[in-house]
Amino acid sequence: MGIVRLSPRVRRKLRNGLLFTSPWLLGTLIFTIYPIVASLYYSFTDYSVLASGRWVGLLNYRVMFLRDERFYTALKNTLVYACLLVPMSLTLGISIAALLNLKLRGMGIYRAAIYLPTVIPAVAASIVWLWLLDPQYGVANDILRRLGAPTIGWLSDPKWAKPSLVLISTWGLGTTVIIYLAGLQDVPVSLYEAAELDGAGVLRRFRHVTLPMLSPTIFFNLVMTLIGAFGYFTTVFVLTRGQGGPVDSTLVYSLLLYNNAFVYYKMGYASAMAWILFIMVSLVTYLVFRSSGRWVYYGGGG
Amino acid sequence: MATTSLMPVEQILEVPLTWVPRRYIWSNYPAALIYFPFFLFLRNTMIICVFTVVATVASCALVAYGFSRISWPGRNLVFAILIATMMIPYHVTLIPTFLIYKWLRWLDTLKPLTIPALTGSAFYIFLLRQFFMTIPNDLSEMAEMDGAGDFRVFWNMILPLSKPALSAVAVFTFLGSWNDFLWPLLVLNSEDKYTLSLGLYRYIGRYSAQWGLLMAACTMVTVPVIVLFFVAQRYFVQGITLTGIKG
Repeated sequence: MGIVRLSPRVRRKLRNGLLFTSPWLLGTLIFTIYPIVASLYYSFTDYSVLASGRWVGLLNYRVMFLRDERFYTALKNTLVYACLLVPMSLTLGISIAALLNLKLRGMGIYRAAIYLPTVIPAVAASIVWLWLLDPQYGVANDILRRLGAPTIGWLSDPKWAKPSLVLISTWGLGTTVIIYLAGLQDVPVSLYEAAELDGAGVLRRFRHVTLPMLSPTIFFNLVMTLIGAFGYFTTVFVLTRGQGGPVDSTLVYSLLLYNNAFVYYKMGYASAMAWILFIMVSLVTYLVFRSSGRWVYYGGGG
Repeated sequence: MATTSLMPVEQILEVPLTWVPRRYIWSNYPAALIYFPFFLFLRNTMIICVFTVVATVASCALVAYGFSRISWPGRNLVFAILIATMMIPYHVTLIPTFLIYKWLRWLDTLKPLTIPALTGSAFYIFLLRQFFMTIPNDLSEMAEMDGAGDFRVFWNMILPLSKPALSAVAVFTFLGSWNDFLWPLLVLNSEDKYTLSLGLYRYIGRYSAQWGLLMAACTMVTVPVIVLFFVAQRYFVQGITLTGIKG
């Protein structure tokens, strides 16, 4: 036998290790490994729940790339959303975290206030936003009117719909901010003192001390924000009643996938869409990881 | 912008005061309770939440122990797989998982919303593992010398020492399960099994113009979470930093 003989102690460790991890091992087999294989298989079939699983080869993928305009619309919307959201969450997240890192009285309250929105159920928050951004009765336009500014069609104007989504996402930036804050608090004070002695001003200290020391945190948040942006669903679904309107301007990838699978019952086609998404997310994550070597700085214990 | 991110929360509570005549304020709530079977949805949500929290904490703690305190051959490889599963978009597994429940005839029951919790969740396993790793090894080695098995060490030593981390996982799980939308939307059909989030969504369809009622309903779904947030604030920050820094 090619198997290495294990000592009784090691064998006992192995048995216990597997025993303790068995809930997850079983769960992963049933709810992750099997679904991945099944999903890949479905993506090559014409699976519609009623008439199940006729093998169609690459047809789903061919239709998606060559004939489905909504696929490109959804892809574009998701990418635009991600491209607006990522810089926004990066700059705003770090700025807010820096403000929250100041030593002021009652800082605990401000920190709690920033995080609070992220715990509110997405459905409830979306409904409130629907009301805030209502073109006629909403608070947002009411403020604009009082300022004498022209009102905006927020969610009803295709031009404004995506920026509105980004605005809503910004509101839920709490988790990102707290992670930046934790990162900021890890920067050794001695570094700032040393920089100050060398005559570095606030901006230079930020540029040459804070940013490099924060880069692992920025990297983590960047990856998480990207993955989140690709999976963006509940808010758009509630705001647009599952339609992705107006005129498909908020039809994000997840929404189209959901509609294909559970409204039109094109499960095979939706599986193919899921795989394309999977490949894209992996690719983007990979690129971010690859580039990270150049800008992420891991200090001593990092 | 920092303050606007706060506004809506206050406005959920302020809304009736500023925008609706005073007399209206309270009557919206009983009215919402009639149109929106709040207590039924609350019961369903609570059943799901309590089961999910208990099951998730128990299973994740066991698994995290297996990944941090026992060194078995192949552990690192299996743990790498666990990390990898966190990167997979939920879209890939969504449809086949849905079809598994369809095949089991579990659709339109609470089972798809509760049973998977027994298998733990990669993210919380990761979080707990990070925490368990920080507990010194000498203690458990001494206990082992005295003849305590892994389960004894787990139960009598690791668990009591890990209360803060376990609480963080419990709080996050509760929140996730209370706020979950997509999955209940997929697996539940009949109204008597709706959760609060799902109920709220169906409710906008029917009473879309009545903002007062809607806001009352939203408030009722949100207030418990806000209360939980203030009670458990410590654990939130702890939990996030635990994942963020080590990420």
